[in-house]
Amino acid sequence: MFPFNFEWIWDMGHIVFHGGLWYALSIMGLGLTYCIIKAAVDTAKGKGGHRD
Amino acid sequence: MDSALIPEGVKRCPTWQFILWIGAMGAVMMWGVFAMILVYIKGLNQTNMNNAYGFALWIWADLAVIALGGGAFFTGFLRYIIGKDELKHIINYAVLIGFICYSSALLILGFDVGQPLRAWFIFWHANVHSMLTEVAFCLTCYFFVLCIEYIPLALENRQIDKVPFFHNLSHNMHAIMAVFAATGAFLSFFHQGSLGGVPGVLFARPFGFREGVLVWPWTFFLFTWSAAAAGPCFTILITKITEKAVLKKLVKDNVIELLAKISGWMLAGYIVAKIIDTVYWALFTAPSKGFTLMDFYTNNPGSVYGIWILIAEIGVCGVLPALILITDKGRKNQIALFLAVLLAVIGVCLNRWVMVLQVLAVPVLPFENWALYLPSWQEIATTILPVAYGIIMISLSYRYLPVFPQERELNPIKSPVSAAQTQPPEPETPSTGAEPEPSPAGS
Repeated sequence: MFPFNFEWIWDMGHIVFHGGLWYALSIMGLGLTYCIIKAAVDTAKGKGGHRD
Repeated sequence: MDSALIPEGVKRCPTWQFILWIGAMGAVMMWGVFAMILVYIKGLNQTNMNNAYGFALWIWADLAVIALGGGAFFTGFLRYIIGKDELKHIINYAVLIGFICYSSALLILGFDVGQPLRAWFIFWHANVHSMLTEVAFCLTCYFFVLCIEYIPLALENRQIDKVPFFHNLSHNMHAIMAVFAATGAFLSFFHQGSLGGVPGVLFARPFGFREGVLVWPWTFFLFTWSAAAAGPCFTILITKITEKAVLKKLVKDNVIELLAKISGWMLAGYIVAKIIDTVYWALFTAPSKGFTLMDFYTNNPGSVYGIWILIAEIGVCGVLPALILITDKGRKNQIALFLAVLLAVIGVCLNRWVMVLQVLAVPVLPFENWALYLPSWQEIATTILPVAYGIIMISLSYRYLPVFPQERELNPIKSPVSAAQTQPPEPETPSTGAEPEPSPAGS
């Protein structure tokens, strides 16, 4: 999973498999982080009352 | 009792009725949990798997629910990437069904792996030469994507939405949902395909083996294609069943018809490709390994795998629903539409059964017999467990979340003022609160 794991080899298999995994995890992580930070900022600015 | 949590402008059954329904489903679930505990404590000897059947009912259930959960990725792809805006009225339900399907698949995999505490090994010590490693990666990641897609819906609960932070979070997640949907489509394409790739690369099992392009056998593409075709059919089927259960129309016909039309053309394309694949396999691939087509279907004393299964999978559950769904008349006839989506769902489940279990049943050496397998009650109970879990999830989501954006418009509730204006005054009757619905099934 990480280059510091003992069985890691810099070959095409590891790069493609783990590249795909880290790509997906990065998008999800960054996307969620953006949403949470923006929600916190928006809330601090007083946006977003309830819809009732 | 829980009326403050129920979305505004919609009617739900009384709480006692709902609790009774959840209790009944919970009892079924507990039966599955009991079997699950037995499997975890005593191990895989609780199953009827053997040396011939290393893959059995659980793997079939996994592949089937993953294919049926494909409605989430494909509907998301159509809605957010292609821009089919009408599908916004059904995308919530597609995501919920996908979430249930994928969480069920992970649950079932947990039984099958046998040592769930070591589940992280597949990530940490990944075998990059295995298609199942890629399946594990994509399955887990896509489950996270489905969680991300489900969270905004959960945050729209009437009480949670009152909290400004959650309201903003839900709004922001909706705003960038296309990014998550695209990631989901990317992940789904690969894991659906790799699940198909597993039988396709078994060159020692000519029933499953297929030729292909580069490292991908044709089954890789057929599995992805069939999931994209049958997944939305499952979404339509569950929507129709929910409508019958709650005796309400929840989604407008034009939305269902659009999804049915796209599924129909996907199914038609898939079934043409499947027929070509089957003909090529029967005429060239299998003979090159020393088998004829009928070796796989008729030379099977004691087995149920006759040629009927091929006819049922491709003809009855493939060609027929595709023909119904691609015609305007077929889509507009409610009975034909229901039959078509039901057959398409059965077809994809049958395909997964054939590609998992028939592959293992067929003898590959001259002195071998057909291997028989009947699941144990523990396997059956643990496979029914996700069904009960799914029904509970749907019931809770339908009751407390605005899953169907068109429900209010399709089922207007007369306010006391307007009702008084339109109806003659009646003698006073005691107030009964929320009006009970005839069936609590989906409530």
